[in-house]
Amino acid sequence: MPVRLPPFQALMDDHRDDVYRFLVASLGREEADDCFQETFIAALRAYPRLRDASNLRSWLFTIAHRKAIDAHRARARRAVPVEEVPEQADTGGIALQRDPSGATPPGDGEPELWRAVRGLPAKQRAAVLHRYVNDLAYVDIGQVMGCSEEAARRSVHEGLKKLRTVWTA
Amino acid sequence: MNELEKALRSASLPRGDAGAAAASGQFLARAEDEGLLEVAYGTVESPFGDLLAAVTPRGLLRLSYDPSRNDAVLADIATKVSPRVLEAPARLDPVRHELDEYFEGRRRRFELKLDWRLTRGFFQKILRETARVGFGELATYKQMAEAAGSPRAVRAAGNALGSNPIPIVVPCHRIVRTGGKMGGYGGELGPYIGGPGIKQRLLELEGALDEHGRPRLRPA
Repeated sequence: MPVRLPPFQALMDDHRDDVYRFLVASLGREEADDCFQETFIAALRAYPRLRDASNLRSWLFTIAHRKAIDAHRARARRAVPVEEVPEQADTGGIALQRDPSGATPPGDGEPELWRAVRGLPAKQRAAVLHRYVNDLAYVDIGQVMGCSEEAARRSVHEGLKKLRTVWTA
Repeated sequence: MNELEKALRSASLPRGDAGAAAASGQFLARAEDEGLLEVAYGTVESPFGDLLAAVTPRGLLRLSYDPSRNDAVLADIATKVSPRVLEAPARLDPVRHELDEYFEGRRRRFELKLDWRLTRGFFQKILRETARVGFGELATYKQMAEAAGSPRAVRAAGNALGSNPIPIVVPCHRIVRTGGKMGGYGGELGPYIGGPGIKQRLLELEGALDEHGRPRLRPA
């Protein structure tokens, strides 16, 4: 039986704010705009061929997730390497870490917490955002990130642990 | 939930962020550039309230009177034509323009191209015949059935008109009951997709009714 896909606009109305929030939290506002377009253009392009309409939210976040990873990689390529500074990785000093490209200056009202989240290693960062910004269930986070539910849970846990070392309420 | 988790949930960006709206606007422009906007919809004003209108690159696909059915109408289009359905009000400008002129009495004939994909078979035949009935003229259901090559299919012709996806522009309001027959659903003018009251007003606008509000029916 063919799937009945809702009008694409309905997907946008239901999920566009969440996808945007996820991308801003993940990349910073400036890059989020481009990535948002990349995400929805890719989704619109693939949409008519979609064979399963049961979890469109996860499907959209899977695309957004991949686009955000692409953007992070592109940024890493653009960044000018500086000898003395360690690579962006699981160091303890997340809160002190500045965006290497300088693309996202601390915006007004952007909580320091988000800067810390953006400093997390890719998997943990994505998992934490999917859990707390997108409010996805672990099973869906696994689907979006292409890993098991358990691995998703672990990434969230590790991310939180790291954030706790730098964040105090 | 501990404090950190609470902060992650609440400190996140505000909902309904203006950035998302702006980014969506840019997305729409790009979708159009890349030929991915297959069905554009929006509302157009009419003396009977806002109409939902949908266009495709082929032409006008749908006009709908009842706002409470908008979701169902768009879902139907997504299934039958393309799920690449996006709200793009600017794409409806030519439709708005011609409808405004028509309602102001300055247009007797629509130049809009039509996309017939929401109809098929005999229904489409009837509706294409209906599209040939001119401003202020009237025809009967029977005449439409005859013109479509099935003179006995009068009831089916009525059903076809009742399913007209593009009312006003495909002027199903110009099709009325055979003269003299009074009463029943829709009265002498016959039923109409937007309700008999709207049918009467459209025919008045076109000067197709006599001083008693009855159709000046051309000879069958």
